Amino acid sequence: MKVLKDLLRDGKFAFGFFVLIFLIFLAFLSFFSPYDPYRWNVVPRDTPPSWSHILGTTSRGQDVFWELCFAVRNSLAMSLIAGVFSRIIAILVGMVAGYRGGMADRFLMFLSDSFLVLPLFLIIVLIGSMAKARLSLVSLGLLLGVFGWAWDARVIRSQVLSLRERDFTYTSLLSGARTMSLIFKEYMPFLTPLVFATFIGNVSWAIGMEITLAILNVFRIEIPSLGTMLQWALNYQALLLGYWWWIGTPVVTSVMLFIALYLLSISISEYLDPRMRVQRIGKA
Amino acid sequence: MNFVKRYLLPRLIIYFLVIFIGITTVFIIPRLLPTDPVLQTITRLRAQGAYMDPESTQRTIETLQELFGLKGSLSDQYVKFWQRLFKGDFGPSFFQFPTPVMTLIKQSLPWTAALLLTTTLVSWLLGNILGGFAGYFSSRRWGKILDYFAMVIRPMPYYILALGLLILFAYVFPIFPLGGGYTIGMRLTWSWNTFLTLLRHAFLPALSLLLIGIFVWFQAMKLVVQSVKTDDFVKYAEIGGIKSNKIARKYVIKNAMLPQITGLALSLGQIFSGALITEMVFSYPGLGTLLYNSIFTGDYNLLMGITAISILVVTTSILVIDLLYPLFDPRVRYK
Repeated sequence: MKVLKDLLRDGKFAFGFFVLIFLIFLAFLSFFSPYDPYRWNVVPRDTPPSWSHILGTTSRGQDVFWELCFAVRNSLAMSLIAGVFSRIIAILVGMVAGYRGGMADRFLMFLSDSFLVLPLFLIIVLIGSMAKARLSLVSLGLLLGVFGWAWDARVIRSQVLSLRERDFTYTSLLSGARTMSLIFKEYMPFLTPLVFATFIGNVSWAIGMEITLAILNVFRIEIPSLGTMLQWALNYQALLLGYWWWIGTPVVTSVMLFIALYLLSISISEYLDPRMRVQRIGKA
Repeated sequence: MNFVKRYLLPRLIIYFLVIFIGITTVFIIPRLLPTDPVLQTITRLRAQGAYMDPESTQRTIETLQELFGLKGSLSDQYVKFWQRLFKGDFGPSFFQFPTPVMTLIKQSLPWTAALLLTTTLVSWLLGNILGGFAGYFSSRRWGKILDYFAMVIRPMPYYILALGLLILFAYVFPIFPLGGGYTIGMRLTWSWNTFLTLLRHAFLPALSLLLIGIFVWFQAMKLVVQSVKTDDFVKYAEIGGIKSNKIARKYVIKNAMLPQITGLALSLGQIFSGALITEMVFSYPGLGTLLYNSIFTGDYNLLMGITAISILVVTTSILVIDLLYPLFDPRVRYK
């Protein structure tokens, strides 16, 4: 709690934090939606924002506000799955590579190098376009998770490499601690902030990826998400017809979401890096 | 000799291994997925109203299997796949049927290469110079203004930025063309006029790529510089009374440049995926548009061809930069 209080003093963190809280609130609101997001023509079409429909309605006869709630919920859920799944891989790979060293390290780092070098985006699109009709939110999240760990595994590995050389490692090993308990009890506290910072970056990447895939039409368009909302609006030429509330809503929401996540991640990494903290205090 | 053994050889081995893994992935993915391209093609032909009796259907299936390289057992297919790859043959495109994939790629590669290579290099240079000075003189006002710009532009999804530019400069203020790489019906000749037209069409896509690129490098460089500038040798130079401009250029930026060179190599890897969205928004006639069409029409051969080629190009460019690295970093040279 104290950490949160410290962080909230940073304007960047406070802004990102409150935007995120607001979006999570929207996501929870979707459980009380009066409309089914999968059904069309439940409200009058193409009406600009008014009291009965705060963000207007679409050409598909859906309420933009409630569709947005579902979109935010799905996008966040999908990116959380991707983030958590890739974190699990990244932690495992980073720890084994860093702690074991030797052949295991060389093999795992070679693997992560190939993931960094290969045009993953094309490969994801290739998979997506072939499995178009079968890709659900969960499987998209898992798919992005499989591809999103490489860089973060390297970061964790380098941290473990430096932890391994510290005195407490020898102390606990000599006093008979098992490897697993050493890693989880002693190393995890050092790694948690790092994992958290990379997690935010990964979530943001996954949301952007979903938007791109939806616009490329390789994701199931009937599932409401930030990307598919934008794709529908573009499909119906909302831009040329002047339905700014329809196309503007997903654009503004996703831009806000990206800026919020980005500010959170830089604020947290500034907080974690003592050198940067000193510079910041020096400036203020 | 030591250089070859210690530096060149491991990198060459990794280079070939990565290519091997990448190409194998491209081979495996379509075969793991439950969709059958042959069946899909036939269904599509039927849907278009073509009548086929069972015998000709059978023959069509066999021909298609031959074309897709789906004949024989998995290991046979794999060997065939590599054989065809070495000859640069990815089979015909489905969408523009008898045209080989290779011809299509050759047509559109120069457009993408020219647009993306230039913007990647220019934004790398500009972003690093700006970021380097902004990081060293971090209390100056212009640095802070650039920082705020970066904070807004950087996290923006590229697609939205590109769309915004297009709406602003081609629709609201029609200064630049709405899309395309050249005026329709124009013949490409070696003249000043052609060059200007090409430039005018490339301006908006280039601008969008530059904006994002410059600020990404700006921020990365600024971070590195901020940690280099607290190093002892910088303190020493400051105490020694060297002019701060010189310290920034010769001491700080030069050292902070090293990780950025690796970054450049990695960003060359993003060229192909970057091209996809850029060219889609600005309907620029390069590899990205080709890719976009292949995704939309389910043209697997074309998709696989482009992916395979981009793997080759990307890994090669990274190898080249890796081999040039000792020129920049004496520590690697003398090891």
